[in-house]
Amino acid sequence: MIFGVSIYELLTVTSILFFIGVYGFITRKNLISVLISIELILNASVINFVVINKYLYPDMLQGVLFSIFIIAVAAAETALAVSIIINLYRQISSVEVKDTEIMKY
Amino acid sequence: MEKYIFYILAIIIIVFAIASVTSKKMLRSVIYLLFVLFGIAGIYFLIDYNFLAAIQLTVYAGGIIVLIIFSVLLVHHIEMELEIAKRSRQLITAMACLLGLGVFLYTIYHHNFNVIENAKTTSTADIGSKLLSYEDGGFILPFEVISLLLLAAMVGAIVIAKGKKLTDKNDETI
Repeated sequence: MIFGVSIYELLTVTSILFFIGVYGFITRKNLISVLISIELILNASVINFVVINKYLYPDMLQGVLFSIFIIAVAAAETALAVSIIINLYRQISSVEVKDTEIMKY
Repeated sequence: MEKYIFYILAIIIIVFAIASVTSKKMLRSVIYLLFVLFGIAGIYFLIDYNFLAAIQLTVYAGGIIVLIIFSVLLVHHIEMELEIAKRSRQLITAMACLLGLGVFLYTIYHHNFNVIENAKTTSTADIGSKLLSYEDGGFILPFEVISLLLLAAMVGAIVIAKGKKLTDKNDETI
Protein backbone atom coordinates (compact mmCIF):
# COMPACT_ATOMS: atom_id res chain seq x y z
CA MET A 1 0.00 0.00 0.00
CA ILE A 2 0.99 3.62 -0.44
CA PHE A 3 1.61 5.30 2.92
CA GLY A 4 -0.29 8.54 3.36
CA VAL A 5 -2.79 7.74 0.60
CA SER A 6 -6.09 6.22 1.65
CA ILE A 7 -7.99 3.66 -0.39
CA TYR A 8 -10.76 6.21 -0.93
CA GLU A 9 -8.51 8.52 -2.96
CA LEU A 10 -7.30 5.68 -5.15
CA LEU A 11 -10.86 4.46 -5.78
CA THR A 12 -11.90 8.02 -6.59
CA VAL A 13 -9.21 8.28 -9.26
CA THR A 14 -10.20 4.95 -10.81
CA SER A 15 -13.91 5.87 -10.80
CA ILE A 16 -13.15 9.13 -12.60
CA LEU A 17 -11.00 7.26 -15.13
CA PHE A 18 -13.77 4.71 -15.70
CA PHE A 19 -16.40 7.37 -16.39
CA ILE A 20 -14.08 9.29 -18.71
CA GLY A 21 -13.83 6.03 -20.65
CA VAL A 22 -17.62 5.64 -20.72
CA TYR A 23 -18.00 9.22 -21.92
CA GLY A 24 -15.54 8.64 -24.76
CA PHE A 25 -17.20 5.35 -25.66
CA ILE A 26 -20.56 7.06 -26.16
CA THR A 27 -19.54 10.33 -27.79
CA ARG A 28 -16.82 9.20 -30.20
CA LYS A 29 -17.81 8.32 -33.77
CA ASN A 30 -14.68 6.53 -34.84
CA LEU A 31 -13.96 2.84 -34.24
CA ILE A 32 -10.35 3.43 -33.17
CA SER A 33 -11.42 6.11 -30.69
CA VAL A 34 -13.96 3.67 -29.25
CA LEU A 35 -11.09 1.18 -28.85
CA ILE A 36 -9.05 3.80 -26.95
CA SER A 37 -11.99 4.41 -24.60
CA ILE A 38 -12.27 0.68 -23.94
CA GLU A 39 -8.59 0.66 -22.97
CA LEU A 40 -9.27 3.40 -20.42
CA ILE A 41 -12.17 1.42 -18.89
CA LEU A 42 -10.10 -1.78 -18.69
CA ASN A 43 -7.18 0.04 -17.07
CA ALA A 44 -9.44 1.52 -14.41
CA SER A 45 -10.68 -1.96 -13.53
CA VAL A 46 -7.13 -3.35 -13.38
CA ILE A 47 -6.07 -0.64 -10.92
CA ASN A 48 -9.14 -1.45 -8.81
CA PHE A 49 -8.20 -5.13 -8.63
CA VAL A 50 -4.63 -4.35 -7.55
CA VAL A 51 -5.59 -1.64 -5.05
CA ILE A 52 -8.27 -3.67 -3.28
CA ASN A 53 -5.93 -6.65 -3.08
CA LYS A 54 -3.09 -4.56 -1.68
CA TYR A 55 -5.13 -2.60 0.85
CA LEU A 56 -7.67 -5.11 2.15
CA TYR A 57 -6.11 -8.56 1.70
CA PRO A 58 -2.33 -8.11 1.60
CA ASP A 59 -1.64 -11.82 2.19
CA MET A 60 -3.56 -12.98 -0.86
CA LEU A 61 -2.46 -12.91 -4.49
CA GLN A 62 -5.79 -13.35 -6.29
CA GLY A 63 -6.26 -9.70 -7.25
CA VAL A 64 -2.77 -9.20 -8.59
CA LEU A 65 -3.00 -12.40 -10.63
CA PHE A 66 -6.35 -11.45 -12.11
CA SER A 67 -4.87 -8.12 -13.19
CA ILE A 68 -2.34 -10.03 -15.32
CA PHE A 69 -5.16 -12.04 -16.91
CA ILE A 70 -7.13 -8.87 -17.64
CA ILE A 71 -4.12 -7.35 -19.39
CA ALA A 72 -3.66 -10.52 -21.49
CA VAL A 73 -7.33 -10.51 -22.54
CA ALA A 74 -7.12 -6.79 -23.34
CA ALA A 75 -4.09 -7.38 -25.56
CA ALA A 76 -5.87 -10.18 -27.44
CA GLU A 77 -8.98 -8.05 -27.83
CA THR A 78 -7.02 -5.09 -29.19
CA ALA A 79 -5.22 -7.24 -31.74
CA LEU A 80 -8.51 -8.70 -33.00
CA ALA A 81 -10.23 -5.31 -33.07
CA VAL A 82 -7.40 -3.75 -35.06
CA SER A 83 -7.52 -6.58 -37.60
CA ILE A 84 -11.32 -6.19 -37.92
CA ILE A 85 -10.93 -2.43 -38.39
CA ILE A 86 -8.31 -2.89 -41.12
CA ASN A 87 -10.47 -5.45 -42.91
CA LEU A 88 -13.49 -3.14 -42.65
CA TYR A 89 -11.48 -0.26 -44.08
CA ARG A 90 -10.55 -2.39 -47.07
CA GLN A 91 -14.18 -3.14 -47.83
CA ILE A 92 -16.02 0.11 -47.18
CA SER A 93 -13.09 2.61 -47.00
CA SER A 94 -14.29 4.05 -43.74
CA VAL A 95 -13.99 3.35 -40.02
CA GLU A 96 -16.84 5.55 -38.86
CA VAL A 97 -19.46 3.87 -36.69
CA LYS A 98 -22.36 5.12 -38.81
CA ASP A 99 -20.98 3.51 -41.99
CA THR A 100 -20.58 0.13 -40.35
CA GLU A 101 -23.74 -1.69 -41.30
CA ILE A 102 -22.62 -5.21 -42.13
CA MET A 103 -20.48 -7.58 -40.13
CA LYS A 104 -20.75 -10.47 -42.55
CA TYR A 105 -19.82 -10.19 -46.19
CA MET B 1 6.71 12.25 -0.25
CA GLU B 2 4.80 9.29 -1.75
CA LYS B 3 1.62 11.22 -1.21
CA TYR B 4 2.71 14.10 -3.45
CA ILE B 5 3.95 11.72 -6.15
CA PHE B 6 0.55 10.02 -6.06
CA TYR B 7 -1.26 13.34 -6.46
CA ILE B 8 0.95 14.33 -9.39
CA LEU B 9 0.32 10.95 -11.04
CA ALA B 10 -3.43 11.21 -10.45
CA ILE B 11 -3.55 14.66 -12.04
CA ILE B 12 -1.51 13.42 -15.02
CA ILE B 13 -3.81 10.42 -15.49
CA ILE B 14 -7.06 12.37 -15.32
CA VAL B 15 -5.95 15.33 -17.44
CA PHE B 16 -4.52 13.16 -20.19
CA ALA B 17 -7.53 10.82 -20.12
CA ILE B 18 -9.85 13.79 -20.68
CA ALA B 19 -7.56 15.07 -23.44
CA SER B 20 -7.55 11.62 -24.99
CA VAL B 21 -11.33 11.36 -25.30
CA THR B 22 -11.88 14.97 -26.40
CA SER B 23 -8.97 15.58 -28.79
CA LYS B 24 -10.02 16.06 -32.40
CA LYS B 25 -6.80 14.76 -33.90
CA MET B 26 -6.59 10.99 -33.99
CA LEU B 27 -2.85 10.53 -33.48
CA ARG B 28 -2.73 13.00 -30.61
CA SER B 29 -5.47 11.12 -28.86
CA VAL B 30 -3.38 7.92 -29.05
CA ILE B 31 -0.32 9.70 -27.63
CA TYR B 32 -2.41 11.07 -24.75
CA LEU B 33 -3.49 7.50 -24.04
CA LEU B 34 0.21 6.59 -23.87
CA PHE B 35 0.74 9.17 -21.12
CA VAL B 36 -2.26 7.80 -19.20
CA LEU B 37 -0.70 4.33 -19.35
CA PHE B 38 2.64 5.69 -18.10
CA GLY B 39 0.86 7.31 -15.16
CA ILE B 40 -0.86 4.03 -14.33
CA ALA B 41 2.50 2.22 -14.43
CA GLY B 42 3.75 4.85 -11.97
CA ILE B 43 0.90 3.97 -9.60
CA TYR B 44 1.87 0.28 -9.78
CA PHE B 45 5.46 1.20 -8.92
CA LEU B 46 4.22 3.24 -5.94
CA ILE B 47 2.07 0.40 -4.67
CA ASP B 48 5.09 -1.98 -4.68
CA TYR B 49 3.99 -4.20 -7.53
CA ASN B 50 6.93 -3.91 -9.88
CA PHE B 51 6.07 -6.89 -12.05
CA LEU B 52 2.73 -5.47 -13.18
CA ALA B 53 4.34 -2.08 -13.79
CA ALA B 54 6.85 -3.73 -16.11
CA ILE B 55 4.01 -5.64 -17.83
CA GLN B 56 2.07 -2.39 -18.21
CA LEU B 57 5.05 -0.65 -19.79
CA THR B 58 5.89 -3.46 -22.21
CA VAL B 59 2.45 -4.80 -23.18
CA TYR B 60 0.46 -1.57 -23.19
CA ALA B 61 2.99 1.15 -23.94
CA GLY B 62 5.12 -1.07 -26.14
CA GLY B 63 2.57 -3.30 -27.81
CA ILE B 64 -0.96 -1.97 -27.83
CA ILE B 65 -0.05 1.67 -28.48
CA VAL B 66 2.17 0.66 -31.40
CA LEU B 67 -0.67 -1.50 -32.77
CA ILE B 68 -3.17 1.36 -32.52
CA ILE B 69 -0.73 3.81 -34.11
CA PHE B 70 -0.22 1.34 -36.96
CA SER B 71 -3.94 1.07 -37.57
CA VAL B 72 -4.35 4.85 -37.39
CA LEU B 73 -1.62 5.35 -39.96
CA LEU B 74 -3.12 2.66 -42.20
CA VAL B 75 -6.64 4.04 -42.26
CA HIS B 76 -6.23 7.82 -41.75
CA HIS B 77 -4.29 10.79 -42.86
CA ILE B 78 -2.19 11.96 -39.92
CA GLU B 79 -3.82 15.35 -39.59
CA MET B 80 -7.38 14.25 -40.23
CA GLU B 81 -9.96 16.00 -38.08
CA LEU B 82 -12.42 13.71 -36.37
CA GLU B 83 -16.12 14.10 -36.60
CA ILE B 84 -17.44 14.90 -33.14
CA ALA B 85 -20.85 14.35 -31.63
CA LYS B 86 -23.48 17.04 -31.36
CA ARG B 87 -23.23 19.53 -28.49
CA SER B 88 -26.50 18.41 -26.94
CA ARG B 89 -25.50 14.76 -27.06
CA GLN B 90 -22.12 15.55 -25.48
CA LEU B 91 -23.86 17.43 -22.70
CA ILE B 92 -26.36 14.68 -22.02
CA THR B 93 -23.61 12.06 -21.93
CA ALA B 94 -21.49 14.19 -19.62
CA MET B 95 -24.45 14.66 -17.28
CA ALA B 96 -25.15 10.92 -17.24
CA CYS B 97 -21.49 10.16 -16.54
CA LEU B 98 -21.35 12.72 -13.72
CA LEU B 99 -24.50 11.20 -12.24
CA GLY B 100 -22.97 7.72 -12.38
CA LEU B 101 -19.73 9.06 -10.87
CA GLY B 102 -21.75 10.62 -8.06
CA VAL B 103 -23.42 7.30 -7.30
CA PHE B 104 -20.05 5.52 -7.33
CA LEU B 105 -18.39 8.05 -5.04
CA TYR B 106 -21.36 8.12 -2.66
CA THR B 107 -21.20 4.33 -2.35
CA ILE B 108 -17.42 4.28 -1.91
CA TYR B 109 -17.30 7.00 0.73
CA HIS B 110 -20.14 5.46 2.73
CA HIS B 111 -18.56 2.04 2.83
CA ASN B 112 -16.24 1.28 5.69
CA PHE B 113 -13.19 -0.57 4.34
CA ASN B 114 -11.15 -2.30 7.01
CA VAL B 115 -7.72 -1.50 5.66
CA ILE B 116 -4.80 -3.57 6.95
CA GLU B 117 -1.64 -1.51 7.40
CA ASN B 118 1.21 -3.36 5.73
CA ALA B 119 4.30 -2.80 3.64
CA LYS B 120 4.36 -5.98 1.59
CA THR B 121 6.11 -6.17 -1.75
CA THR B 122 4.72 -8.60 -4.28
CA SER B 123 7.77 -10.34 -5.64
CA THR B 124 7.90 -11.94 -9.05
CA ALA B 125 8.84 -15.30 -7.48
CA ASP B 126 5.58 -15.35 -5.49
CA ILE B 127 3.56 -14.62 -8.61
CA GLY B 128 5.35 -17.28 -10.62
CA SER B 129 4.91 -20.04 -8.05
CA LYS B 130 1.24 -19.15 -7.51
CA LEU B 131 0.61 -19.00 -11.26
CA LEU B 132 2.07 -22.46 -11.84
CA SER B 133 0.83 -24.22 -8.70
CA TYR B 134 -1.76 -26.96 -9.18
CA GLU B 135 -2.76 -27.18 -5.52
CA ASP B 136 -5.77 -25.48 -3.93
CA GLY B 137 -6.01 -21.89 -5.08
CA GLY B 138 -3.44 -22.40 -7.79
CA PHE B 139 -3.78 -20.71 -11.15
CA ILE B 140 -2.42 -23.30 -13.56
CA LEU B 141 -5.73 -23.80 -15.40
CA PRO B 142 -6.44 -20.09 -16.13
CA PHE B 143 -2.79 -19.74 -17.13
CA GLU B 144 -3.13 -22.47 -19.75
CA VAL B 145 -6.49 -21.13 -20.91
CA ILE B 146 -5.02 -17.67 -21.39
CA SER B 147 -2.13 -19.06 -23.43
CA LEU B 148 -4.65 -20.87 -25.65
CA LEU B 149 -6.69 -17.65 -25.95
CA LEU B 150 -3.63 -15.69 -27.06
CA LEU B 151 -2.83 -18.32 -29.69
CA ALA B 152 -6.42 -18.27 -30.96
CA ALA B 153 -6.41 -14.46 -31.05
CA MET B 154 -3.15 -14.48 -33.02
CA VAL B 155 -4.48 -16.94 -35.62
CA GLY B 156 -7.81 -15.12 -35.81
CA ALA B 157 -6.18 -11.73 -36.28
CA ILE B 158 -4.05 -13.05 -39.13
CA VAL B 159 -7.02 -14.72 -40.85
CA ILE B 160 -9.26 -11.65 -40.54
CA ALA B 161 -6.67 -9.07 -41.55
CA LYS B 162 -5.45 -11.14 -44.46
CA GLY B 163 -8.93 -10.98 -45.97
CA LYS B 164 -10.11 -12.75 -49.09
CA LYS B 165 -6.87 -14.30 -50.18
CA LEU B 166 -6.81 -16.80 -47.33
CA THR B 167 -10.50 -17.56 -47.05
CA ASP B 168 -11.27 -18.50 -50.63
CA LYS B 169 -8.84 -19.21 -53.38
CA ASN B 170 -9.31 -15.95 -55.17
CA ASP B 171 -6.40 -14.33 -56.93
CA GLU B 172 -8.04 -10.94 -56.97
CA THR B 173 -6.74 -9.41 -53.79
CA ILE B 174 -7.99 -6.04 -52.78
